[in-house]
Amino acid sequence: MIEFQHISKAFDGKKVLDGVSGKFEQGKVNLIIGESGTGKSVLIKCIVGLIRPDQGSIAFDGRDFLNGSKDRTVGVRKEIGMLFQGGALFDSKNVEENVLFPLDMLTDMPQDAKLDRVNFCLQRVGLSNANKKMPNELSGGMQKRVGVARAIVNNSKYLFCDEPTSGLDAKTGLLIDELIQELTYEYDIATIVVTHDMDSIVSIGDYILFLHQGRKTWEGASADIFHVDVEALKDFLFASKLMRMAKPQA
Amino acid sequence: MFVNRERVKTYIRQTLEECVSIGVNSIFLVAIVSIFAGAVASIQIYHTLTSPLLGDFLVGYGVREMTILETAPTVMAIVFAARVGSSIAGQLGSMRISEQIDALEILGINTTSYLVLPKILASILTYPFLVIISAFLAIYSGLISSQFAVSVAPADYIYGLRHAFDPYSVYFAIYKSIVYAFLISSISAYRGFYISGGAVAIGKASTRAVTDSCIAILLADYILTQLLLHPSFKI
Repeated sequence: MIEFQHISKAFDGKKVLDGVSGKFEQGKVNLIIGESGTGKSVLIKCIVGLIRPDQGSIAFDGRDFLNGSKDRTVGVRKEIGMLFQGGALFDSKNVEENVLFPLDMLTDMPQDAKLDRVNFCLQRVGLSNANKKMPNELSGGMQKRVGVARAIVNNSKYLFCDEPTSGLDAKTGLLIDELIQELTYEYDIATIVVTHDMDSIVSIGDYILFLHQGRKTWEGASADIFHVDVEALKDFLFASKLMRMAKPQA
Repeated sequence: MFVNRERVKTYIRQTLEECVSIGVNSIFLVAIVSIFAGAVASIQIYHTLTSPLLGDFLVGYGVREMTILETAPTVMAIVFAARVGSSIAGQLGSMRISEQIDALEILGINTTSYLVLPKILASILTYPFLVIISAFLAIYSGLISSQFAVSVAPADYIYGLRHAFDPYSVYFAIYKSIVYAFLISSISAYRGFYISGGAVAIGKASTRAVTDSCIAILLADYILTQLLLHPSFKI
């Protein structure tokens, strides 16, 4: 479980996050939603340690992540997998080497065992025959799937996904969402997804945290989200014409 | 850079890969520039300095002094900065923009030591060899050029090469090359590693890397020449 309390962050005097708190549990897909520029990506980067918050605390299964020893921080990071918005695949390495990389760097497994694990993960994300392809030979959806394989190859306990469906068509986006959900339940991972994709909100969110102007404005289950009387959340949910047409009339 | 390091094996592999990318892949460009620099230098020295009173050996002498003291270490450093400096800044900048560096940091990898240290080590290890290759090719092309373009006898040229030769000038070139290699790789890595923005920022970082490296090389050249050629500093 990941717990964070009163996370605040400002850039050049402009407050991007203002005292955000929350709790992400194992075996659940936790969504951080909100309009662009509300601090979603900054929050996720604070939690994984890519940005240091100005104040607040973060704990992974009770282990203080911000003020702990260097060894503990590195230890926690080794349990984190992250899928980046653009995939962030190493462009000098092929698919197999990309997925193999965390095992090479963090484990002492024999090479055969590492390759077996890589092949298993690639098979699990539906890319059994892409081992030798370079990232620039892959479609956006395939790159995201390789990113997922790389994020879970090290048996990560925490999976972070920064806008995993951005730049993908609805069908491919849905496949990525389903993959993330399946892996979360299958391996009891605490998954945190930053998104503003309505499909993701409707289909995979077990717990949703809504950010508005750097503050947590609402949190709850996806089943409740369309029945909430929070103006900022309603504005966000029904911003698109399609959602307005589908909106239940009072 | 030196805390929370990865396994030594990882650094050795990374450094060897960088030695190929930075050093071996620069040989062609360094060779081309050196061959022409030596050939042109011999012709110019012939037309400028030689006279019936001074003798043709001055061509060999002049090419040797110019090559070992300045052309091989310093001019090649400018060429090296243009080729390797822009490449280092562009590569690291592109990794930063596409979040590849973030992906490494998520794994708990010390990105400065994993990405930057091997580039600096590879530069320091390979650039002195490039300087030696450059000096050899420039002097040899000077020999051929002076023989065929301005009819200096090879024996005179070789006599000039040996005339008043101080082996310290070779050490001087090597010392300078080590300092230049460190400056070029560290400045370029800094420019690339700490960029923010998009594709334009990568271009700007590459340009800044080359410009800053060139200025640093020239400044270091002046300081090192003052220091290393001073009688009390001669090692």
